[in-house]
Amino acid sequence: MANIKQLKSQYQQIVKSHSPKNNVLRNSLRAFWVGGTICIIGQALTNVYMFYGMEREDAKMLMTVTLILLSTILTALNVYDNIGQYAGAGALVPITGFANSMVSSAMEFKKEGYIYGLGAKLFVVAGPVIVFGTIASVVVGIIYYLV
Amino acid sequence: MGHIGKQTITFDNPPIITCAYASAGPKEVQGPLGEYFDNKLQDELLGEDSWEKAESKLIRQTVQGLLSKANKTPQDIKYLFAGDLQNQVIASTFGLLDFNIPFFGLYGACSTMGESMCLAAMTVAGGMADLVMAGTSSHYCAAEKQFRFPLEYGGQRTMTQQWTATASGFVLIGNSGTGPKIQAVTPGKMVDLGIKDTFNMGAAMAPAAIDTILTHLEDTNQKPSDFDAIVTGDLGNCGLDIAVDIANKLGTDLSGVINDCGKLIYDDAAEDTHCGGSGCGCSGSVFAGYFYSQLIKRNIKKLLLVPTGALMSPGSTQQGHTIPGVAHAVSIVID
Repeated sequence: MANIKQLKSQYQQIVKSHSPKNNVLRNSLRAFWVGGTICIIGQALTNVYMFYGMEREDAKMLMTVTLILLSTILTALNVYDNIGQYAGAGALVPITGFANSMVSSAMEFKKEGYIYGLGAKLFVVAGPVIVFGTIASVVVGIIYYLV
Repeated sequence: MGHIGKQTITFDNPPIITCAYASAGPKEVQGPLGEYFDNKLQDELLGEDSWEKAESKLIRQTVQGLLSKANKTPQDIKYLFAGDLQNQVIASTFGLLDFNIPFFGLYGACSTMGESMCLAAMTVAGGMADLVMAGTSSHYCAAEKQFRFPLEYGGQRTMTQQWTATASGFVLIGNSGTGPKIQAVTPGKMVDLGIKDTFNMGAAMAPAAIDTILTHLEDTNQKPSDFDAIVTGDLGNCGLDIAVDIANKLGTDLSGVINDCGKLIYDDAAEDTHCGGSGCGCSGSVFAGYFYSQLIKRNIKKLLLVPTGALMSPGSTQQGHTIPGVAHAVSIVID
């Protein structure tokens, strides 16, 4: 019988030829309009808060908190994962994506208790962003000090 | 009876699959095979408070369903062969605990239906028991949590990804009674052609499926057309195409006779499952639900069932390991 291992050298090529491709153009358009819409909502919230007399800095802070709250509620209502499936990076990159990654972890792991479950695994998705974000900010800070 | 060829076992007194029972979740029931599942779940939690407990309950319901369908009690079952995808096959443990049946807990990833049926058939044919049970389960939400991301995480699935079925299938295998017979089994070798992409499991498993199928055909001196259907476990759409392609390259034409439980279980366009279904429960429920009934109706008289498994853990792929595949063939006939 022919040995299957003889195909090893060409196997990656065989797999590639049969694997369906991601539709990059469609995904990019969806990411653009959903991500853009989230940003427009953020700007609109800032304008509304300023209209009611807030300072720009305070309004921006409250806008951030509002978007996090919205993302949290949408995650809890099992809606945000569908937005993520549709929009990809458009739903992942804005601060709503960060909130979603923490709330979804909290929902999933609270069954294992508040200490070893929720507490220990809250950052299971978001952890790398914080770790490497902090390291990057230290590096930038040093460069800024020297320059 | 005994070992023939490279790795096949044939039986002089073929064990009989006397009864089969399949449970499936809401998404699976919406699929093209929905009507064939005995137990159609309304929701994925089954009234429990975690996915893991829900999968155990799914197993409990399936085994209970099978016992009542066959009019048997747990005492009639001499041994139980079962496994699932959860760490330490814990879904099977808690699902089967209360039945008090001697238990072999198995892990063959998604090939567990094949592994359990091979071992069950060998136990019965070897005269070690008159009636045993084999089966498996998987749960979409429990598998996502363990292998990928929290369920509500808003990530995007790749086009080669498959959907882990929330489903379970169990069968009774005995030395007397009526039903399709297990003529031969070919336990599979682990085959590794270097796939590392955890989002393309079909590609990881296709070589193992083809290795087992071609070995079975050679060991038993048969050709693909001797079977009404050769059905792999969960290669999915892309994996099945790869399997047919590599079989061709090795000189065997399987097109027309081969199909795949993962390709059959969902309506991919309507249910947005991308490359089809996967999970132990996929081949378990599609065999116990759909194919068993086709055998009973004699729409299919000779079937080669080849459940396929991708052998990995989240840690193994993160440490750079490849994903070896394994597949076990069970040759089933009805007069």
